[in-house]
Amino acid sequence: MEAVSSAELEALRLSLEVATRSVAFSLPLAVLAAWILTRARFPGRTLLDAFVHLPLVLPPVAVGYVLLLLLGARAPLGGWLRSYFGIQLPFTTAGAALATAVMTFPLMVRAIRLSLENVDRGLEAAARTLGARAWDRFLTISLPLMLPGILAGAVTAFAAGLGEFGAVITFAANIPGVTRTLPLALYTAMQSPDGEPLALRLAILSFALGLAGLLGAEFLVRRVRRRLGR
Amino acid sequence: MLRVSLLKRRREFTLAASFAAPTPGVIALFGRSGSGKTTLIDMIAGLLPPDEGEVQLTGTVLTDTRARIAVAPERRRIGYVFQDSRLFPHLTATGNLRYGEKRARSVPRSIRFEEVVDLLGLAALLRRRPHELSGGERQRVALGRALLSQPQLLLLDEPLASLDVARREEVLPYLETLRDWLSIPMVYVSHQFEEVLRLATYIVLLEEGRVLAAGPVGELSLRPELRSVLASDLVGAVLDGLVTQVDAAGGTAELAIGTGRLQVSLRDVSPGSRVRVQLLARDIILATQPIQHLSVRNALLGTVKEITPDIDASVLVKVDVGGPIVLARITEGARQALRLAPGDAVWALVKAVSTRGHAFRLFGAPARRA
Repeated sequence: MEAVSSAELEALRLSLEVATRSVAFSLPLAVLAAWILTRARFPGRTLLDAFVHLPLVLPPVAVGYVLLLLLGARAPLGGWLRSYFGIQLPFTTAGAALATAVMTFPLMVRAIRLSLENVDRGLEAAARTLGARAWDRFLTISLPLMLPGILAGAVTAFAAGLGEFGAVITFAANIPGVTRTLPLALYTAMQSPDGEPLALRLAILSFALGLAGLLGAEFLVRRVRRRLGR
Repeated sequence: MLRVSLLKRRREFTLAASFAAPTPGVIALFGRSGSGKTTLIDMIAGLLPPDEGEVQLTGTVLTDTRARIAVAPERRRIGYVFQDSRLFPHLTATGNLRYGEKRARSVPRSIRFEEVVDLLGLAALLRRRPHELSGGERQRVALGRALLSQPQLLLLDEPLASLDVARREEVLPYLETLRDWLSIPMVYVSHQFEEVLRLATYIVLLEEGRVLAAGPVGELSLRPELRSVLASDLVGAVLDGLVTQVDAAGGTAELAIGTGRLQVSLRDVSPGSRVRVQLLARDIILATQPIQHLSVRNALLGTVKEITPDIDASVLVKVDVGGPIVLARITEGARQALRLAPGDAVWALVKAVSTRGHAFRLFGAPARRA
């Protein structure tokens, strides 16, 4: 029984780590993507929009496979990362986090974009007349007003990231203690003959985490909105 | 001096406006909605690029399309009070007030935080967030925020338009105070003539994207162009004068107007106060002989300068009352009966009561007497 519970804890810890790292990595990029998609007008914007949303409609396994093709040890980009920075992504926790980040990226961009569209550009114009330059306006006006969307996006992506399966198992494999997150552990338990009780406990745990994540997101967003008087 | 000469083509209309107005002072951009007032001040602020033209403030070029000069709005030091206040919702009133002040560190500070809080009565509001403020309070904070950015010019885009009448009265006196105590030039956009009358020193009259007429308030009040914009009942000469005597019990004050004296219905003034009064043309009676046994308190002797046709078979008579001009609207029949013609001597009779609500104190501090 002792060993079983430690496997559970291991999977939980790993899931939390992967989800946290994936959010930390993709959040700034998601803000940037949301900004470009909302504010910039350039040819190919629709294409970029579609590209950002692609992970929503692609089979996760395909996403993981594309990542392998790009970042695998023998792929040009992967080889370059490894020889210049010593970064190895496939079959590592970092790789699992990256696969998760790619999969949850559209969720995050959508939430941030919605809140950015609601930012009154008149307020940015007002800040301009008060002497605020571009970065200053972004940091002191736009960003705080986007906060509800950023929080909602981050928490939703975190909750979804805890359960990312297909892309992770394809790109980072199923290595105990390294990339065996909750859903991978659950899958493994289901494959083993006497894994039924463990599988059930892992499923319940996943369910509870997901629910807590969604409720937490709602709570945070409400609090921030109230501060903004909406 | 604020020199503006701007062209902006839009799909639905073209704005081509030029004027040069003296500063400091309150320059009113007056015109119906859709006449291009906001477009014009957005270009003065630099928020909207013009197709062609220039903006110059006391010799400094802010925009010059030919020389490819376009100073960024954040570097113009032009304060802007928007119609919808545009307070930052995530900051308290203090945070809003300090926003521009912090970013004006490099310029000499002439307006201090405490002074603005005091002048605009903001002390009780400082910790509140914008959604906890009333419309009038919001506009006062917005005004303070713009002032604290140490502007060289203040733009006010119908700051009272979104307020009801009671709230307007709550904000107007503050605007009057600012005009009288600070020497910051202001551009005041409005389609309410009463506000213009109370605040402006100079009027730029806009109609369909063009400047119909521009000039000091008194002068412009006599111009026919104004009549095409204004309701006919609001037509009347605007005169500025000094208070010579006050009848506190009767609620009237006597003004020196030209060579004559004029009793107006106005409280809270003292001898020496500068007062502006609008004498509505429809309220003025003309007499070719001195009249006695009448309740009318005011009889200004003058000469008929010009008679022009007016609405509904009436005529508008310009009477020179020893320098200042008074406008009187009488029927064509009355003119014929009096055989009134330019050069005739007439008495312009004004009921003091008719000036109620049309007389305003111009300066808080008594003007120095010669």
